Amino acid sequence: MLAWTIYLSFAGALAQALLPKGRPALARWLALVVAIAGLVLALAGFAAGMGPSHFARITIVDKQWVPSMGIHYLLAADGISLVLVLLTGLAAVAGVLFSWNIEHRTKEFFAFYLALIGGVYGVFLSFDFFLLFVFYEIAIVPKYFLIAIWGSTRREYGAMKLALYSFVGSAMVLIGLLAAYARSGGHSTGLDALAHAGLPVSFQMWAFPLVFTGFAILAGMWPFHTWAPTGHVAAPTAASMLLAGVVMKLGAYGCLRVAISLFPHGMDPWGFSLLGIGSWRDVFAVLAVIGIVYGALVALAQQDFKFVIGYSSVSHMGFVLLGLMTLNQIGMTGAVLQMYSHGVIAGLLFAIVGRIVYERTHTRQLADLETMHLSKRLPFAAWVFVIAGIASMGLPGFSGFVAELQVLVGAWVAKPGWMIAAGVGIVVGVAYTWRALQRAFFSDVSPGTHVHEQEHSLAAITVPEIAGVGLLMTATLIVGLYPRILLEAIEPAVKTLLAGGGQ
Amino acid sequence: MNYADLFRATLPELALELAALLVLVVDLGFLRKAALNLRVAVAALLGVLGCAAALWVLPFQGHGFVTPGTGELLLSAGGSAAVAQVGILLLTALTLLLLADATFTKHVGEFVSVVLMAAAGALLVAAAQDLLVIFIGLELLSLGLYILTAFAKRSGASAEAAIKYYLFGGMSAAFLLFGFSYLYGIAGSTNLYHIVLAVNGLQGMHTAPLLFVALVMVAAGLGFKVAAVPFHLWAPDAYEGAPAPAAAFIASVSKVAGFALLISIGTAALHVYGSFQEIFRIEPQSHTLVAREYAGFGVPWSLLLLILAVASMTVGNLAALAQISVRRLLAYSAMAHGGYTLLALGFFSYSPMSARAILYYVLTYGLTTVGAFGVVGVVEKATGSDRLDAFAGLSRRNPLLSAVLLVLFLSLAGIPPLVGFWAKFNLFAAILRVYATGAGLGLVVLAIAMSAVSLYYYLQVLKRAFVMPAVDETPIALHPVTMAVLLLTTLGVVVLGCFPELLQGWIAGFYPGM
Repeated sequence: MLAWTIYLSFAGALAQALLPKGRPALARWLALVVAIAGLVLALAGFAAGMGPSHFARITIVDKQWVPSMGIHYLLAADGISLVLVLLTGLAAVAGVLFSWNIEHRTKEFFAFYLALIGGVYGVFLSFDFFLLFVFYEIAIVPKYFLIAIWGSTRREYGAMKLALYSFVGSAMVLIGLLAAYARSGGHSTGLDALAHAGLPVSFQMWAFPLVFTGFAILAGMWPFHTWAPTGHVAAPTAASMLLAGVVMKLGAYGCLRVAISLFPHGMDPWGFSLLGIGSWRDVFAVLAVIGIVYGALVALAQQDFKFVIGYSSVSHMGFVLLGLMTLNQIGMTGAVLQMYSHGVIAGLLFAIVGRIVYERTHTRQLADLETMHLSKRLPFAAWVFVIAGIASMGLPGFSGFVAELQVLVGAWVAKPGWMIAAGVGIVVGVAYTWRALQRAFFSDVSPGTHVHEQEHSLAAITVPEIAGVGLLMTATLIVGLYPRILLEAIEPAVKTLLAGGGQ
Repeated sequence: MNYADLFRATLPELALELAALLVLVVDLGFLRKAALNLRVAVAALLGVLGCAAALWVLPFQGHGFVTPGTGELLLSAGGSAAVAQVGILLLTALTLLLLADATFTKHVGEFVSVVLMAAAGALLVAAAQDLLVIFIGLELLSLGLYILTAFAKRSGASAEAAIKYYLFGGMSAAFLLFGFSYLYGIAGSTNLYHIVLAVNGLQGMHTAPLLFVALVMVAAGLGFKVAAVPFHLWAPDAYEGAPAPAAAFIASVSKVAGFALLISIGTAALHVYGSFQEIFRIEPQSHTLVAREYAGFGVPWSLLLLILAVASMTVGNLAALAQISVRRLLAYSAMAHGGYTLLALGFFSYSPMSARAILYYVLTYGLTTVGAFGVVGVVEKATGSDRLDAFAGLSRRNPLLSAVLLVLFLSLAGIPPLVGFWAKFNLFAAILRVYATGAGLGLVVLAIAMSAVSLYYYLQVLKRAFVMPAVDETPIALHPVTMAVLLLTTLGVVVLGCFPELLQGWIAGFYPGM
């Protein structure tokens, strides 16, 4: 049943391409229906997992695809997949709602949009390395066009940068895939089969960093993160919501599902240590911590509102990577929960900045926004941003709190130094969020010489906007107040993964 | 000499030659006064029927032609040769159909018959097992290609390209013949099988320097045919100057023939050792079956191929970044693709795995390129230019055409689930399964890195088509036959990409008889 999330999205993309010209309303409703159908399927899949099986891994489809090379069309889902599929469903629906105002080449927009969604669903459900890679690559091209055609600031540059970074990352993954496949005798590309193929430690020692870095580029790991801010800023609102919301998760998910589970010995100690770094695990953990602090500090200095959110994504994704590198139950569970949490919250933040505020004020410069008294003129946006900002800072009651707490505890168990450095990142996170909030909405700066120039009333908040905000807000609140609902799904899957590969 | 056997072994070539003569007779004899449209349609149709006839008689070739008395194989049939021949015939038919709305010449009859004769040469090259037959086939093919390149008589670029192509071609033929003469001197035979046998017995002997000279010459000659760097200088000009169907023919059919010949050199050893038991060995640690390493004419040969491969991948991909003409871009990308294929030829293995992967790559690449040149031809006709900017706003001028362009170029870039990705995966997996460490791994890494570079220039074209606004919004009309060809290639690229086993199984099916 979950497989239909993929097929429906691709069918929706194809249907969009075949729609008659000049019917934007039809394209919108079709996209909404397809996205909602995906969300419903994802919810149903999640609910089914809650049943007596307790989120044990279920195989959805297992067919021989290329028998001569041992490639299977293998779709399956464990707790981690279910959570991320759910996130994709949420982000997809919210993205359609926040692109309700797209009038330029509407059907093409939604065609690329749904193709991207289909690829993302596919990655989260693939348990064959080859199939996973196919879906992973399918997601690259629509991203490029979404940004290059419908984007804003330096869109062609941002789009090309994103496409090339993604493609370089996937080239690294492809090398790892080919090498692992050839090394294991060329019998199968199934993740389980490769995990149990007994790949030699010396091989894992170079394959792990290669594949991990390849995926981590898309997860925004410092110093390969630079595509993220430019890409997010250039992208149209729905695309930046998807980029931050789910596409960056593809990278983190790949790190978890492929790099860590296939090449666990790649994280073994080297046998010597340099400046306290004695293994690839230390290397990536340090890079993650740098990403957390660096992203937060740079966000603090931005003048463009969207760049603030863009860099905050780098910082938050650092928590995911740090959580993965703790290699303990609580840290990795936290990492997966943080994927969900950041997906929802970043989507909300981008929606406010890119759609609700920018479409009305036509500026994202904090210096300009300061003069507009937005808290009075757009109280809805202001209060939603307050709540989303609080969630983003990781205050109790929201999903981010639980996730980051778990990552920090995991890091403390693994290496206290990591935790202390990451804690600094949280403090700076509070600072940049407050700064952006203050300057964009609650500032009292008078417009100066051009008095009342822009004081004409701003367009009213529309129904799709309220619906989208409501959806994402509910998603973060429910998990924040009752985290067990997701943790029950994630924990067994992480446990199996830590115990050594699949079932 | 048994002429009945020879007749049987060359049935497909004969069918093509007969069709070529028939086209000439019909076009010059009966349709002299007819409208150009009609003449094009009739000539192309007859040509396609000729290809169909050749395809039909292909299975009746028997087991190839053996020189009586000596037991030397002159022409092989079945196996990789048959796969390549089917590919050549199908690609030729597609190229002929692209003629549908051609206006570059009034001499359609001659054009079609030259295409058919060149295709006959290509068939010969694909099957040849003897140096002399190889040379004759190559010359038949090349002479046809020179004429086709020059066919747009009203265009200066076409004439310039043809003379460049011809001069380089003549030179490379001389090199090739020179190399062949040394090989004959070493082996005392012109037969590939005997040469490989003699060369493999020669390792470390004092005649080895002679072998090096011979192989360098041969590599130069064949490198020219497949446009490998540094013998590539003709390619951008020929691709740019030739009429679109001729360029498609050069880019696809002659490539298939050239690589089929290189495969023949690689697999000549299979005939030497015969049985497959010798070919595989058991890996002691993991008890897996591993194909043994092997390289055509011996170590210097694979070294030469690898040098050409590395140069082609690097220069092709990097030079393509700077192109502003889409045809030249396709020429450089063709070098890059040739480079990947040469890599697999350099790391050829005893098993049929390599030959299969290379054939898969070359055939699907040929299919994609024919489509790509079809699109370029249409755009060129509408805008009068093949510059990148001529593609601006294509998605609004003809959405279907732009969709075709999207699929074909993404396939060339190697994005799944399109066939170009499969071809690459298959090719690199074939190399790594035999050469999983050291130079094999290193060069595959280089190839993948280079193919990551290639996305940039393919996206440059797609960016024009989808992102940039059109200078001129008038819709581009398409001849229905051209549209059909383009849709067919696109469909092939998508379907073979989603179900790779279709083509892979078909290619593998040809092997038991080898």
